[in-house]
Amino acid sequence: MTSTKFDPRILKAPHPVPGAPDNWKRFFSFNTDAKVIGIQYIATSLLFLLVGGLLAMIVRGELITPPADLVDPTVYNGLYTMHGTVMLFLFLFPVLNGLNNLLIPTMIGAPDMAFPRLNAAAFWLVPVFAVLLMGSFFLPGGPAQAGWWSYPPISIQNPMGLFFNGEQLWLLAVALSGISSIFGAINFVTTIVRMRAPGMGFFKMPLYCWTAWGAQIIQLIGLPALTGGAIMLLFDLSFGTSFFRPEGGGDPVLYQHFFWFYSHPAVYVMVLPVFGIFSEVFTCYARKPLFGYKFVALASFGIVFLSLIVWVHHMFYTGTPNWMRILFMFTTMTIAVPTGVKVFAWVATLWGGKLRLTTPMLFCLGGLINFIFAGITGVMLGTVPIDIHVGNTYFVVAHFHYVIFNAIVLGVFAAVYHWFPKFTGHMYYEGLGKLHFALTFIGCTLNWLPLHWAGLLGMPRRVASYDPEFAIWNVIASIGAFMLGVAAIPFILNMVSSWARGPQSPPNPWGAIGLEWLLPSPPPAENFEDDVPTVINNPYGYGLGEPQVADEEYYIRRAQEA
Amino acid sequence: MQLNHTPGHIKHSGHNLTGFVIFLCSESIIFLAFFAGFTLFKLTSPEWLPPGVEGLEVRMPLINTVVLVSSSFVAYFAERYLHKGNLWGFRIVWFITMLMGAYFVYGQYVEWSSLEFGLGSGVFGGTFYLLTGFHGLHVITGIGLMGLMLYHSFRPGNYEKGDMGVTAVSLFWHFVDVIWIILFVLIYVWQRY
Repeated sequence: MTSTKFDPRILKAPHPVPGAPDNWKRFFSFNTDAKVIGIQYIATSLLFLLVGGLLAMIVRGELITPPADLVDPTVYNGLYTMHGTVMLFLFLFPVLNGLNNLLIPTMIGAPDMAFPRLNAAAFWLVPVFAVLLMGSFFLPGGPAQAGWWSYPPISIQNPMGLFFNGEQLWLLAVALSGISSIFGAINFVTTIVRMRAPGMGFFKMPLYCWTAWGAQIIQLIGLPALTGGAIMLLFDLSFGTSFFRPEGGGDPVLYQHFFWFYSHPAVYVMVLPVFGIFSEVFTCYARKPLFGYKFVALASFGIVFLSLIVWVHHMFYTGTPNWMRILFMFTTMTIAVPTGVKVFAWVATLWGGKLRLTTPMLFCLGGLINFIFAGITGVMLGTVPIDIHVGNTYFVVAHFHYVIFNAIVLGVFAAVYHWFPKFTGHMYYEGLGKLHFALTFIGCTLNWLPLHWAGLLGMPRRVASYDPEFAIWNVIASIGAFMLGVAAIPFILNMVSSWARGPQSPPNPWGAIGLEWLLPSPPPAENFEDDVPTVINNPYGYGLGEPQVADEEYYIRRAQEA
Repeated sequence: MQLNHTPGHIKHSGHNLTGFVIFLCSESIIFLAFFAGFTLFKLTSPEWLPPGVEGLEVRMPLINTVVLVSSSFVAYFAERYLHKGNLWGFRIVWFITMLMGAYFVYGQYVEWSSLEFGLGSGVFGGTFYLLTGFHGLHVITGIGLMGLMLYHSFRPGNYEKGDMGVTAVSLFWHFVDVIWIILFVLIYVWQRY
């Protein structure tokens, strides 16, 4: 590792794939560079955040008044089904895969993912099933209308007798999304297990990698179960089998088992990487080492294990026997333990720290507060008596969105801001970022906090019209939803103008610790190439004077010279 | 340290087997889901067999089972030949494995065409065709992959970077074999009890 022989021009060498374009066109081609794929994923998914947000705002527009007056009730069914599907399969999974693509190889010092071509194939499946899913709006019977969970017997109805209906297209799109996720998961797990920098044992790995690793293991275990259920549903719908038709000896509840065996852990697939983001961002902007690093890391796998044995709590009111209810109530409660370990570790990390309230830090603080609230309502919903009372009301919707939007999406925004300078080479505008945060935080609170009350009062979900007594909560919620729509404007403005004309970013604008910050901004095509630093510490030695890598000055100088 | 920037100088081949094993573990869970569904249906259905169906004939599937299970051992011997550097031995024995796989598919076809119930015959018919069909798809994929490996073995210098492909395909074949054994016990043996 001699610094004298290093030639900084090598870092500016063209892309290693022969014939691949090196300008903006690379983002529109079958490129195998993980950093290009990461940005492809993030840009595509943010586009679908707008689409899904638009669908949500039509839904909220419908709900601003008690009667069903804005759209037809069948259209309304299609709208919320597609809103859920777009947000999960076209926004959250792809955006997190995008972050994985950017962060995992750079954080562990790998030149690229383990299987670059598989990686690119996984990304290019996203536009394919996006087109399928969007195309279902133009089918004669409209898109799927059975909700994102697609329960039989509703999902296996074909009242118009169509040869090919929206539900079939929906299942096809979800299957393609599953294939894409499995490709991604194989890639991420192999990369983390086999391609870490020298000296980087598992307990010196950044927490983002721990959590992403756990999340991808859930994908590998859970997703095939949903695929199995989806295949059987498609057979019921198309080929006259009766797996889920009671009249033919089938069992509709079995589908719910398949569905929730994956779709409950799927929430952890989304939230775990955000836990990683919290750990990275809090330590960086509080300038303190992460409290209880090992426990926070291991808690990720505690969550992975427990997430696979709690799914029946979604089925407390679908004929589940009492012993099963009690069992799954118990396992559901225990999930609060590893999650609590993490939350207390973050609070202890922040405690007494000198906080720098930059945009990513604000998003993470907001996300953490919302997550704690969502966790409390989650424990409420996990208890059988309360769940039977509020099941299928807006309380569930409010809890779910508190987890998915108020915690996870805020964490995703934090990550986008935190690593924006690193991967684009430009600084974002702090003022616009803070405006985006303010609008988002106020908007999401207005949107989902009141819906808890509506739910407790008994407002059922998935209906286009409702009792006028719930009107006030819905008016507030709709105002919040439109505010979230407005919040997209400063965000888009910030991202586009910063990338185009923002000031140049130094290699490490935040003074953060981590292998990715030892690379130039933006990192060269193969990151550290053959000159990978040797890791001697975990990346949370803030204020301890413990460098993460041996020969740190050399790498800092190298990044600055490039 | 020499930093030469030749395109694609990073070796990925060592990870391929890791990735493939992860894929197989994940794939096995789809089968696990189907098996779980089958078991649940079998245990809870008041009337398992559709009217007019006596049960499944076991003799032909049993022959098929013997062929498939022994083909796994044959594949292992093919691999042994390859490791010893006996290329023609590998090709011949590998081809025999493919033939045994093809015989299995043929046997499955004969069985399917002789059955008097269809996909729509209750949960019994549905699960039978779903399980055997999904497994059959894997057998056909396995034969295709073996054909690919056989074709590659004729390329000069094919094994300079190791024979990871053959190892992966024969792993896949063992996987398909193990799945069949579970399937055979569930569908054919269990119906007797």
